[in-house]
Amino acid sequence: MNISVLTRVSIFSLSLLFLSACQDDDDRVAQEVTPEFIWTQNWDGAPLANADFDVTPLTNANGETLTLSKLVYLISDITFTNAQGESFSAGDYNLVDAREGLGLSFSPDVLIPEGIYTVAFRFGFDDEDNALDYAFLNSADGGWNVPAMLGGGYHFMRMEGKYINTQTIPESEVNFQYHTIRAADPSTTPVTLQDTSFLVNLGQVTIDENTTIEVKMNVAEWFKNPNTWNLYELYTMLMPNFDAQLLMSQNGANGVFSLGTVTD
Amino acid sequence: MKKCLVIGVVLTALWSCQSDDAPAYTATPMPLDIPAFFASSILPPVIPRDNPQSVEGVALGKKLFYDPILSANGTQACADCHLPSNSFTDNRQYSIGSEGDVGTRNSMPLFNIAWNFEQRFFWDGAEATLENQIFEPVVNPTEMNNTWRNVTESLDASPIYPELFSAAFGTTKIDSVGVSKAIAQFLRTLISSNAKFDRHLTDQVPLTPEEQRGLAIFLDESRGDCFHCHGNPNTPLWTDNRFHNNGLDEFFTDRGLGAVTGDPRDDGLFKTPSLRNLAFTAPYMHDGRFNTLEEVIDHYSEGLVYSETISPLMKNVATGGVHLSPEEKSDLKAFLLSLSDQSFIENPAFQNN
Repeated sequence: MNISVLTRVSIFSLSLLFLSACQDDDDRVAQEVTPEFIWTQNWDGAPLANADFDVTPLTNANGETLTLSKLVYLISDITFTNAQGESFSAGDYNLVDAREGLGLSFSPDVLIPEGIYTVAFRFGFDDEDNALDYAFLNSADGGWNVPAMLGGGYHFMRMEGKYINTQTIPESEVNFQYHTIRAADPSTTPVTLQDTSFLVNLGQVTIDENTTIEVKMNVAEWFKNPNTWNLYELYTMLMPNFDAQLLMSQNGANGVFSLGTVTD
Repeated sequence: MKKCLVIGVVLTALWSCQSDDAPAYTATPMPLDIPAFFASSILPPVIPRDNPQSVEGVALGKKLFYDPILSANGTQACADCHLPSNSFTDNRQYSIGSEGDVGTRNSMPLFNIAWNFEQRFFWDGAEATLENQIFEPVVNPTEMNNTWRNVTESLDASPIYPELFSAAFGTTKIDSVGVSKAIAQFLRTLISSNAKFDRHLTDQVPLTPEEQRGLAIFLDESRGDCFHCHGNPNTPLWTDNRFHNNGLDEFFTDRGLGAVTGDPRDDGLFKTPSLRNLAFTAPYMHDGRFNTLEEVIDHYSEGLVYSETISPLMKNVATGGVHLSPEEKSDLKAFLLSLSDQSFIENPAFQNN
């Protein structure tokens, strides 16, 4: 191969490369993609890892010191809505176990064109989804369903732990079970039910190939806003407590979840 | 290039010949007879891909389960501590080994273990698969006190086992893996699904008023709240197959799961047993400390003891529990006994026949 041939080949290759680059910029067809969601948990900004459970003392808005033993929660119906109002959703669900590190990464079973979307999801199940039967959830976390006499359906969250009772001498640990479900009043016939799941709007996100979206749960917010949670009064037997379920739902819908880092 | 082509053709031909001459052995498939309620409400059973259920495998597993040949002195079979009449446990606080040694834990009942989705076996979760669980008792000095080398030599020398292994696995080579696979296949067939409460769910039989009240207590967060660990009528297992400290002791002589994981947060945690077949499985708890169901209910009602790792699900620990009335205790016991399955312990397919 002489130099002139080599030069011609080089020029031809560079031209191809140039043309190819031009095509990427000008005529690129939007792909259909599935973003990945990463669920993280923190206490007023301090990350919660496995090592924190049962160990790290946390202080809630009411001033009680507590430790967490368990934090498992259900999200559903991740929805992407574009500027034209067109929505995409797989209608599926994900169970996150923060301590065991299960379900921390989740990709909904849906393909959407690359673009800018308003991203939202539901904490728990709405009544329509809550009426269905899920073999996976019946088998997960030792059984995620709720007995019929407590309203049926599924748990939305099981947060459990211990708080320090400073009113005893000496101070003592008291177990708490912050379990959220659809509110049910079994004292009425038929049982009064109220949907306590809630929508979380994460705002606008640009989604393209390999986009990951972090969703942060600030666990402290469950005890904070708008209802300052008093564990001395509301620490146990909350599932059949209709009013407590409404209070928990209100707190959950106000700042527990937020959009974290979005990466491409 | 030509050489490569020739070698490729020869290798392909050899591979083809091998495929034709030595097809993989397949025993007669024997899918588990999955009860309708199990199939509709929970995930499928856990069956390893490398150990499918077969007629010959289950037959071999059953033979091994009842044969004292697995113990060093030839006196003890699996079934000596796992009797069908006791829902495959025994009625001792601690089981006694082949040499007369006394163990430290209560023998676990065996049923519906194909649905152990957590795949942690023993009271302390020490083994990660059912097949692995079978290795340990054979060599445990306080149980069968044998060696796997001795076991395989004994089985090899037997007039029947080489043929049974051949039928089950297509090989006369006997090893510990084959033994554990066969016994695991048999154990997965031990399905209990015909208690009175199961028949109640299909409207075949009504619950008594006592049993109905007992169920309400079981599901009531302010009284029994048993369901968070033991399940509810929506599913058939009556256990979460997880590990909890249920407030038995202030200090631990047996660390349970903590000794396995090395994590002090797991100290005093033991596996939740199923509430099925309680009529046959006394004594109760990992150490068999309670002889009667009354004692068990009394424990949860008044006897809870605080320790650092106690489960947050235990209620009113400071006062020992939720303090059920005598009537409530009696009703709860009546409901619990409705989960016992007489036909399971009498099933001819599970007996030594």
